[in-house]
Amino acid sequence: MWPDERVARFVNENFIPARVHVKDDAAAFKKYGEQYNAQWTPTVLELDPNGEEFYRVEGFLPLDDFRAQLMLGRAHMDFKKAKWAEAEKRFREIVDKLPNAEAAPEAMYWAGVSRYKGTQDATALKETAKSFTQRYTDSSWAKKASIWA
Amino acid sequence: MEIRFRHDVENVLKEAREQNKPVILDFSAAPM
Repeated sequence: MWPDERVARFVNENFIPARVHVKDDAAAFKKYGEQYNAQWTPTVLELDPNGEEFYRVEGFLPLDDFRAQLMLGRAHMDFKKAKWAEAEKRFREIVDKLPNAEAAPEAMYWAGVSRYKGTQDATALKETAKSFTQRYTDSSWAKKASIWA
Repeated sequence: MEIRFRHDVENVLKEAREQNKPVILDFSAAPM
């Protein structure tokens, strides 16, 4: 996954990348594996600038799903920091660029929430619920959004 | 373009604080 040009660009633009190899650097794995409770590989953590984990991807994923998960984590970081416009943009980018990724329905849900949080306009939630009647209708996120209809 | 993963995690975490930039930390068992 990592050699993919789009993954590399996204990572380099948004993160400082670090790697701990479980065998080749056993001491670091013991230290950071325990610190971050990484029990399995691959485990990819997104850490905020203070080193606090804010998103985790465990196990192999196909390329587009992996890309979407990385993007979803980064979007959630903006959301947690109440950067509503930035978060919405990042969530929508997942839906637009990777509409078939497993994370896309979740991204569409949180894009709507981000817009609502940023504008306090409940229309954002209604529109999101409506979108879920047309896309990702069988997803759990459609059920969660149905209350807004 | 490639990702130049660093292995000095302690320094990476320090720089992340200084630069206010998030970190990707990959725990891997893949051949290097």
